[in-house]
Amino acid sequence: MNSAVDLVVLDPGALTTIQDLGRPGHAHLGVPRSGALDVPALRLANRLVGNPEGAPALETTLTGVRLGLRRGCRFAVSGAPCTVQVDGREQPWGSAVSAGAGAVVQIGPAVTALRSYVAFAGGILGERVLGSASTDLLSGLGPRPLTAGDELRLGTPYAEPPDVTAMPTSLAGVLHLDLGPRADWFATATLAALDGATYEVGGASNRIGLRLVGPALERRRDAGLPAELPTEPMVLGAVQVPPSGQPVVFLADHPTTGGYPVIGVVRGADLPVCAQARPGDRLTLRLAGAARAEPGRRQQS
Amino acid sequence: MDARRVGEHAVLVECADLAEVATAYALLRGRADQLGAVEVVPAARTVLLDGLPDPGWVVAELSTWARDPDGASRHETGPLVEIPTRYDGPDLDEVARQWDMSTAEVIWTHQSVEYTVAFCGFAPGFAYCTGLPAGLEVARRADPRPKVPAGSVALAGEFTSIYPSASPGGWQLIGSTEIALWRADSDEPALLAPGCRIRFTETRGR
Repeated sequence: MNSAVDLVVLDPGALTTIQDLGRPGHAHLGVPRSGALDVPALRLANRLVGNPEGAPALETTLTGVRLGLRRGCRFAVSGAPCTVQVDGREQPWGSAVSAGAGAVVQIGPAVTALRSYVAFAGGILGERVLGSASTDLLSGLGPRPLTAGDELRLGTPYAEPPDVTAMPTSLAGVLHLDLGPRADWFATATLAALDGATYEVGGASNRIGLRLVGPALERRRDAGLPAELPTEPMVLGAVQVPPSGQPVVFLADHPTTGGYPVIGVVRGADLPVCAQARPGDRLTLRLAGAARAEPGRRQQS
Repeated sequence: MDARRVGEHAVLVECADLAEVATAYALLRGRADQLGAVEVVPAARTVLLDGLPDPGWVVAELSTWARDPDGASRHETGPLVEIPTRYDGPDLDEVARQWDMSTAEVIWTHQSVEYTVAFCGFAPGFAYCTGLPAGLEVARRADPRPKVPAGSVALAGEFTSIYPSASPGGWQLIGSTEIALWRADSDEPALLAPGCRIRFTETRGR
């Protein structure tokens, strides 16, 4: 047995990756930001074990993860609510749990939502690319997704974890959008129908994009527009509309540039909704009104 | 300089062509700290400023800026990178057909140009290099390849590029290089960044 190994992946479930706050600042080199999809959940899991909020942790997908501990450690689970078991015994979700060397830890499957975060006191050590330990599924940067038999090492715990328990946040199925930068590519009727439109989450959704299935977003048909948009930089939360009219919300592993018009951008506060939506879930789009965007100017005119 | 809002933290500066993008990118990258930008990202007709604490202020501020305040950025040049290339690509004949010249002339023409990296995208280190004479645009393959080898020298539209890693791709492949475009263990992993100048030089044999 390798004494430098702290935990062994017994079953990675559908998809388990190492995620921190990603590698923003390199988009001009074609490097996606990557990082945890549900950032508040990552921060919470780390806080619960006394880590800096951006320490590398595990991001699971629906089915969870099973781990074998080679040394005792503390961990905490946040994000998608799920069962937490140490050697078959139920443990609390959303609070620091201690487990000894030799224990088998089963996280999940998720009861509701999609992605749980498992933070270990001291954080997960390992390869950093451009300052981040995150797995980027689009570009292949960072460590590959975990497979059974992978061995992980943990850092030295930072501090005694706080004695608190988190409650699952309930996420409403609403995405608030700021229109633009290419809302002018779309028909007036399309824009008018956008506020309140409901879409189903498509099965091909992943860390790169949340695919929405529903009313097609039609482009304007008049002569004033070029046939195609010249390649444009893309932001997190961008709602890109390919010719099919079925929108895609760009998530953390999104490409840095794209060739389809962006009708609007999902507000940062609603990105956890995108992270936690399951295929088949229904989401409603809402326009973030100008009045809400600039409350100080409401009285003018 | 005109900019439009993109979500809560970004603005997009619009440009008429790639030359204007190059000038705006040089100016905005130089003043990224002043504007509070985490990312300055050029593309074909736009430059994105992202991670802005106050994008409304940035739009107002940029509206008072000249595009090329001292005319100097136009003449600013990035480092020159030489790409040793074997012109052994499977699409040389197709490019020769599109350009209506012999493959020897395609190879000569591709080497005769000093290119500039206009922007990166598609994959880390994938640089869209501009500089081909007008009229030498290249149509993409109707049937993209499921796997283009790393180091492939390629043409599409008005651009030439090099695939930094193996990936699917629809560009026409005219050659290959062994130079590393992406060094993951480096603090500056990309060989090519926007503004870099590039020359391809033919090497023969293995």
